[in-house]
Amino acid sequence: MPTSTIKNQAKSDHIDSVVSLSEKKTSSSKSELDCQCPVVKAENFSFYYGSKAGVKDISMEFYPCSVTAIIGPSGCGKSTFLRSINRINDLIPNTSVKGNLFVNGHNVYDKNTNLVNLRQQVGMVFQKPNPFPKSIFDNIAYGPKLQGVKSRSKLQQIVEESLKAAALWKEVKDDLKKSALALSGGQQQRLCIARALATKPNTLLMDEPCSALDPIATGKIEDLIGRLQSDYTIVIVTHSMQQAARISRRTAFFCLGELIEYGSTVDIFRNPGKKQTEDYVTGRFG
Amino acid sequence: MENTITNREAEPVAESNDLSLVLTPLEDLRGFLFHHLGRLLLFLITSSSVIAVFLIFFFVIREAMPFIKEHDLIKFLTSKQWYPEADTPKFGALSMIVGSAYVTVASLIFAVPVGILAAVFLSDIVSFRIREIVKPVIEILAAIPSVAYGFFAVLVLAPWLQNKFGFTTGTNALNASIILSIMALPTIISVAEDSISTVGRELREASYGLGATRFETIFKVVLPTAHSGIIAAVILGMMRAIGETMVVWMASGNAAQIPAPWWNLSQSVRTMTASIAGEMGETVKGSDHYYSLFATGVLLLILIFTLNLISEYFLVSAKKKLGKI
Ligand SMILES: Nc1ncnc2c1ncn2[C@@H]1O[C@H](COP(=O)(O)OP(=O)(O)O)[C@@H](O)[C@H]1O
Ligand SMILES: [Mg+2]
Repeated sequence: MPTSTIKNQAKSDHIDSVVSLSEKKTSSSKSELDCQCPVVKAENFSFYYGSKAGVKDISMEFYPCSVTAIIGPSGCGKSTFLRSINRINDLIPNTSVKGNLFVNGHNVYDKNTNLVNLRQQVGMVFQKPNPFPKSIFDNIAYGPKLQGVKSRSKLQQIVEESLKAAALWKEVKDDLKKSALALSGGQQQRLCIARALATKPNTLLMDEPCSALDPIATGKIEDLIGRLQSDYTIVIVTHSMQQAARISRRTAFFCLGELIEYGSTVDIFRNPGKKQTEDYVTGRFG
Repeated sequence: MENTITNREAEPVAESNDLSLVLTPLEDLRGFLFHHLGRLLLFLITSSSVIAVFLIFFFVIREAMPFIKEHDLIKFLTSKQWYPEADTPKFGALSMIVGSAYVTVASLIFAVPVGILAAVFLSDIVSFRIREIVKPVIEILAAIPSVAYGFFAVLVLAPWLQNKFGFTTGTNALNASIILSIMALPTIISVAEDSISTVGRELREASYGLGATRFETIFKVVLPTAHSGIIAAVILGMMRAIGETMVVWMASGNAAQIPAPWWNLSQSVRTMTASIAGEMGETVKGSDHYYSLFATGVLLLILIFTLNLISEYFLVSAKKKLGKI
């Protein structure tokens, strides 16, 4: 018992230091007014697999120009909630929803939702890098081509911009024709981020984007997220509390399909309002 | 401090295990025999099937040798004159070669698009439960004896074609092609469906996540990714059609001729397989006719063997592409 307390103290010290770092980083570069209005807003939102609830009664908002982290023990509905936002969970048969979920003010579970536009505005990065078995160029150009961009030079421009934004351009600029599967895992994940950026989204959903990567590749993705946050609404699911502390401004803690606590990352880790949250972030549970 | 505590707790577990780590001579011998006899047995079983294949090859080629030595092979491959029992016999197999190619290609023109669409339908459109019912049914279709299809061709399809379209005969190239395509479908559907299913949820989600519709996802991601497996499916279906004997014998009308004009499917044709099966009973062993049928057999073997190699190549590269090897 005594040892675990010592460990926890060490952990929270570590978190303190990274939290203060990220505070410094994020407070510098925004015009606060643009960032007040939520881009994604859930109102009493529930998602059911058959009769079993994946998430229950979630009400929360995601704000632009910042990173929001969702943490919680596995199976608590983090992915379910994230995948509800761009309705990619629609692909799973026999599911249903209750409540409302707004993206840019539109209830995405309305019948008249244009799924194509929704998914191009709300990009997604998955847990395992999933590039298409096509060339690097064709991977990035996939989304723009769906949008009807035909001109080769325009596509080239988009590919270059996206790869630069995803900090991959320098490494691959000479072999855009190479198969994307020849890249390393970390490069593949940055390619997937570039691919999502190519459709010009305003929101990026990331479901444990680093869990299949080594620490160095993880560091690069985290740097990238830090750089992208001034232009996008980023929601990241992560199982690593250190990662949440390092990169996010706000953190939501989920447990058993419910939102337990949501607030600034500093508060969630330094003085959580609920016992459950405290137990989780101090490592006593989960 | 910490270490001593964990050590003391671990002690009782370590005590209870007192088994010798050395094999007794008997155990050693037993292991040796099991290992080597087992391997020998497996080797014999495996090699016997390989040997059987080689024996078939050897036998067919040996019986074809006298013909290959004595006759002009170019003529065999390019002449339409097949009069094996005439006073001055003529052995031009072109009609049969064309007949085989004819019904094979015609059947594939129908079976390939239908088979691939059915595979897509099964893997990406119908619900899981329906797929679990339909797939075994399709695989059973592949197991129906071909003579049953032959009966259907002669008793149902032939009269229908004759009445409906006014053909002079109902047993013709069209009839054989239709039946062959029905027979090739199960193979094509089930192999193509397997390869389409292995494309996996991740790639489909990536595509939908970028705003693609189901149609776009299927045609721009799923089918291109599965293309090697689909080509293999088509070739396997083709082999089924080329190698099929009973049905074409019953349905094709069995006339050793090349349809004129070439697109006229309502005329009768004869395939290599039907020629071998049909004429073998009428030949005298050791006659030129007898040997010529084996030469036709060698041609078939070479064709099927080549197709097999090609399909194998595509199946392996399909797996490589998805990182399964
Ligand atoms: N496709 C599915 N079908 C049925 N239940 C599912 C499916 N996906 C997830 N679930 C269930 O929903 C709950 C939440 O899962 P998930 O959102 O994946 O959790 P997390 O991402 O937090 O680990 C779990 O209990 C899980 O078993
Ligand atoms: Mg998850």
